[in-house]
Amino acid sequence: MTTYAPQPGSAPFSRKVLAHTRMEFKLLIRNGEQLLLALVIPLGLLLLLGATGLGNRLPLGDARPIDDAVPRVLALAVLSSSFTSLAIATGFERRYGVIKRLGASPLSRGGLLAGKIGAVLIVQVIQFAVLVGAGFALGWKPVGGAQAVVGVVLTVLCGTAAFASLGLLMAGVLRAEATLAAANLIYLLLLVGGAVMTPVDEYPEGMQSVVRLLPSAALATGLSHSTVDGIIPWAAALSLALWAGVLGYLVSRTFRWD
Amino acid sequence: MPVAVEIENLVVRYGEKAAVDGLSLTVTGGTVTSVLGPNGAGKTTTVETCEGFRRPDSGSVRVLGLDPIADHDELMPRIGVMLQDGGAWSGVRALEMLRYVATLHSHPLDINTLVDRLDLGTCGRTPYRRLSGGQKQRLSLALAIVGRPEIAFLDEPTTGLDPLGRREIWQLIRDLRDDGVTVVLTTHAMDEAEQLSDQVHVMSAGKVIASGTPDALTEHHTKSLEDVFLELTAPKREIS
Repeated sequence: MTTYAPQPGSAPFSRKVLAHTRMEFKLLIRNGEQLLLALVIPLGLLLLLGATGLGNRLPLGDARPIDDAVPRVLALAVLSSSFTSLAIATGFERRYGVIKRLGASPLSRGGLLAGKIGAVLIVQVIQFAVLVGAGFALGWKPVGGAQAVVGVVLTVLCGTAAFASLGLLMAGVLRAEATLAAANLIYLLLLVGGAVMTPVDEYPEGMQSVVRLLPSAALATGLSHSTVDGIIPWAAALSLALWAGVLGYLVSRTFRWD
Repeated sequence: MPVAVEIENLVVRYGEKAAVDGLSLTVTGGTVTSVLGPNGAGKTTTVETCEGFRRPDSGSVRVLGLDPIADHDELMPRIGVMLQDGGAWSGVRALEMLRYVATLHSHPLDINTLVDRLDLGTCGRTPYRRLSGGQKQRLSLALAIVGRPEIAFLDEPTTGLDPLGRREIWQLIRDLRDDGVTVVLTTHAMDEAEQLSDQVHVMSAGKVIASGTPDALTEHHTKSLEDVFLELTAPKREIS
């Protein structure tokens, strides 16, 4: 005989975060559009740039086309998983009342955020495994050894914090459909005009000072400096950390459970 | 009996309009309390304020002695909330959602027993978007009680269910009460309120206009609760 006698309590924080990470990740890999953004577009772009000779004709940087292309495509992958996918998914979670349901559960705001970031990081590990593998197959030769690895990890973590904050901010203040449209638009605008695929120096002089300040420029430049020059990109990481701080503050001010 | 919910002079505004306008009520622990009222009376706003989704413009709300906003993380594991609609990812499977919410609690109910009780077994692997209205209602109720809460806030718990389904949910609500769970119902179904409630609060224009046991309100069942409700909430006609 079942008893419904109250025995309330929250699971440990780590178990809640793990459960939420697992749920977000499972739902993401069932969603074809999300997979398109996270894997198919970056991989297609890398193959175009590295395997067709297109990279020779585009201003990717001063190194060999494949060496310039890989870190920039990795930046695009981080942008898609930490910003576009996250913003769209969270916007529709709000629309479907999922955020409200979770707000009436023991998950907590910190648990929700940690679970979402956890799912994004798992996606990024898969993105990096696929793209780095494809890069090596196309002849990519990164330099810098352990220093490059530290630079990449630092840049990706700071970039993820900045872009995830931007995505959560949009999902918190816009309707789901507006978030869908705006997140895709910003993804495209940053791809073309945000120094993701093209170094800042290639932009018209009047634009460079503005483009340089964008988080997308810091992300791509940071990854490029890490694997092309073999240095830890402290300036790019600091820029991304500042963006993360400002956007994270705005998220904390605008977040609501309904 | 302890007080489970205590609301004093609550005012909640949307812009200039007061959805709740100086409302006071208490809910005694271990009872079923129904909040009735016509559309726009402020029922959902009142309950959502208890659940921490709305911030009072003035007045106070205490649930289990806690402030629903300031003490959000402490209160949420102790209450269960059944949303009127939605509340699940469109692609999530029914059983997957139930297991996920159970994982967030320290001592959840046995999932298999709950699934059997709410007849969710046949749709356990069905994505949420493909569930029928009744199946969504049953899942939503399961999500509200799986954490073994002290208070369950149930919003229109039998909407969309067939007569047999309604009776099953009514019995479950009685079982919850008998096991010590405080149940707060918002409903339009007068027979439901009359059958289940220990206490009824009737709201109109953001205020409680009548409170009492179903027996007292219906004058020892000489009239139905629906008649009482209509008398209390019908717009006043001026006689020329």
